[in-house]
Amino acid sequence: MAIRFDAVIVGGGPAGLSAALVLAQAGVKVAVIERGDYAGAKNMFGGVIYHEPTDWVVPGFASEAPLERRIGHHEYWFLDERSALKIAYEDAAWREKPNAWSVMRAKFDAWFAGKVEKAGAQVITQTTVVDLLRDGRTIRGVVTSRPEGEVEAPLVLIAQGVNALLVEKAGLGRDWRADEVVLGVKEVIQLPKGAIEERFGLTEGEGTAVEMLGGEATAGLMGSAFLYTNSDTVSIGTAVLLSHLREQGENPNRLLERIKAHPSVAPLLKGGEMREYSAHLIPEGGYRAMPRLYGNGVLVAGDSAAMVNAVTMEGTDLAMVSGKLAGETMLEALEKGDFTERTLSRYRDRLEDSFVFRDLKQFSRVGTFFADNRQYFDFYPRLANGVARQLFTVDLRPKAEHVRGLLDQIRGRRSLWRIGMDLVRGWRALA
Amino acid sequence: MHAVVCIKQVPDTTEVRIDPKTGTLDRRGVPNIVNPEDLHALEAALEFRDRFGGRVTVLTMGPNFAASALRECLALGADEGVLLTDRRFAAADTFATTYALWSAIQKIEKERGPVDVVLTGRYALDGDTGQVGPGLARRLRVPLLSYVTAIEEVDFEAKRIVVQRHIEGAVVTLESRLPAVLTCSADLNQVRYASLPALLAAQQAQVTAWSVDDVGADPEQCGLKGSPTIVSKSFVPEPRTDTCRLFEGEPAEAAASLVDFLIAEHRIPGFEPVGAKEA
Ligand SMILES: Cc1cc2nc3c(=O)[nH]c(=O)nc-3n(C[C@H](O)[C@H](O)[C@H](O)COP(=O)(O)OP(=O)(O)OC[C@H]3O[C@@H](n4cnc5c(N)ncnc54)[C@H](O)[C@@H]3O)c2cc1C
Ligand SMILES: Cc1cc2nc3c(=O)[nH]c(=O)nc-3n(C[C@H](O)[C@H](O)[C@H](O)COP(=O)(O)OP(=O)(O)OC[C@H]3O[C@@H](n4cnc5c(N)ncnc54)[C@H](O)[C@@H]3O)c2cc1C
Repeated sequence: MAIRFDAVIVGGGPAGLSAALVLAQAGVKVAVIERGDYAGAKNMFGGVIYHEPTDWVVPGFASEAPLERRIGHHEYWFLDERSALKIAYEDAAWREKPNAWSVMRAKFDAWFAGKVEKAGAQVITQTTVVDLLRDGRTIRGVVTSRPEGEVEAPLVLIAQGVNALLVEKAGLGRDWRADEVVLGVKEVIQLPKGAIEERFGLTEGEGTAVEMLGGEATAGLMGSAFLYTNSDTVSIGTAVLLSHLREQGENPNRLLERIKAHPSVAPLLKGGEMREYSAHLIPEGGYRAMPRLYGNGVLVAGDSAAMVNAVTMEGTDLAMVSGKLAGETMLEALEKGDFTERTLSRYRDRLEDSFVFRDLKQFSRVGTFFADNRQYFDFYPRLANGVARQLFTVDLRPKAEHVRGLLDQIRGRRSLWRIGMDLVRGWRALA
Repeated sequence: MHAVVCIKQVPDTTEVRIDPKTGTLDRRGVPNIVNPEDLHALEAALEFRDRFGGRVTVLTMGPNFAASALRECLALGADEGVLLTDRRFAAADTFATTYALWSAIQKIEKERGPVDVVLTGRYALDGDTGQVGPGLARRLRVPLLSYVTAIEEVDFEAKRIVVQRHIEGAVVTLESRLPAVLTCSADLNQVRYASLPALLAAQQAQVTAWSVDDVGADPEQCGLKGSPTIVSKSFVPEPRTDTCRLFEGEPAEAAASLVDFLIAEHRIPGFEPVGAKEA
């Protein structure tokens, strides 16, 4: 006898669980199928989750979810070989109204799945969805890796993250190109008690999020390095465009070792013990890389739909919001008893009205622009350091000589005209 | 055929760290799993049932959340999961654990029918004593077949079983009468993969929960009270420093130097140095 659900969600990440929560709370018979030993077992990110979008999906989450630290500072570091120009923003208002939290996904996703289960969804772990059940162009269920593993359902949500094999199988899109995915590698390093507060100038429970740019962070390839403080560990990693790694024959582990040895980073990690090492892809192709978001009986959310804002390093929030909007659309379809594209197209409308699509559209050209203009990842961070170095260094030379030194550094590498153009074009790509 | 399989829920020790200061396990955020070898014990029981029909009862002593371990066994095909749970069972050493499990097996025999075979894992990932199986055999007054790596023959009518067991440096083939206690190693078989319908049914399934009183056990012999073992201290051994010598060069040459070194340093009788060129 075939197993039947009203809705099947593929993937127990933020996108899938958000959809499942909406459906389960409305009493829908919904299954979440997750290949990991438990939800979160295989998941990694930088990273931080964002308070308001998360609260919109799971009201009051902050009082029960396993959170590491409330992010009180956001910092950008521009690295040169032995120096760093740092821009830090801190906001006391975030103490009352939190903006972001560092979390460990293995704990957070597991908690979220427990929440969804309590709401009435069936969370099926250690089970991989390998194919879709089809009737012509209509998806009517999934095939799992288990014996007698078919599950029939009029609605299937593909929320399986970046390796979205089912999107192709559903005929909604193609595999990513190497210039549409970023490879992230990260280490979690345990520090002695109190070291985080002391080294990062933090109060207890408060954390920092650092984004690092420059040749020292990514060997001049498009990408960045990151550092986040957790309760008693820091997460440090790099994230670099896959096609650049390939062209350059660069190894991400080597980049990570290099960033860990940078004089602005090494003292922060001193005496630390590596607890975890992980790697994961990020779909950063953005709006242009998106698959079709729905078909008959099927929808796509989160990373599977390339919903990542590469500029601001947001992914979980887009995943959760798109998951919730998918869940609401599925609810509507169940109420109407219509599972065709006609009803499911409301998902796209909902996304268009949300920040998800607005942001993805606005930043739609960023990826290709910066991928083709590597000067932003090497020349400019160095230049910025050069300016700061001349500005702050006091020696026996007159200031005019410092300025000349700086101009010499630029000359022969990039004309002032090109620099002016880069500024304008860079701004245009972002704004 | 009626098999009772004892399983233990353990923290996934691949993810556990020992706190160097207190010497205790840091179990925070560590997922619980069924002790891996116990799944092989279950698989052996399920294979008996596949061949001869009958019943497989899975038994565990543990906190309430150990029910999830029993559900995993139900998904694989066990007929019933019994959870021995009671505050008075807590903090049991192997002696008290064995007493509690034995009490439950008495009740299972009385209410579900005679037991032909009791299967356990060889040892538990966390406690690691390997005493519970032997202890059960003693209390049940039946033969013990430990470290079982293969079952060659079994006949529940004639009440006889032939198994292979691994001992240091040898494989022993043993014939025994039944009932008996088997402690099973991971080499014994390949654990099956639960079908999706079975998995879903098991997630909703109820397990049988028994207390000290339910199994008619003597509270004085249970849990902490019934445990003669006392942990006086636990510690993490200090890392040892020693000199390390690396034999470099072509593999054949390096091997020859190593052999010469070992023979010369440790005076291995009956061996003459092969006379490698000193580098
Ligand atoms: C290095 C790095 C740093 C990042 N930093 C941040 C950050 O700081 N902040 C932020 O907001 N975002 C960050 N992101 C992005 C963020 O992690 C993702 O956008 C987000 O996790 C997407 O959620 P999702 O639910 O769509 O996919 P996922 O979180 O990938 O979840 C997909 C789930 O589906 C399961 N699955 C996959 N295939 C199958 C299958 N066939 N059958 C069953 N289950 C399956 C997986 O096991 C997984 O649990 C980062 C990503 C990386 C890699
Ligand atoms: C020195 C020492 C002190 C301890 N002190 C404490 C303490 O203070 N408090 C405390 O809570 N625990 C304590 N324990 C743990 C507890 O005694 C053991 O975990 C338990 O008795 C089982 O022993 P084991 O883990 O060595 O199992 P083993 O004998 O290695 O297990 C062999 C097999 O027996 C079966 N089995 C084992 N335990 C169970 C069970 N509970 N239910 C069903 N089947 C089972 C399984 O099939 C398993 O594969 C201590 C352990 C030791 C070694």
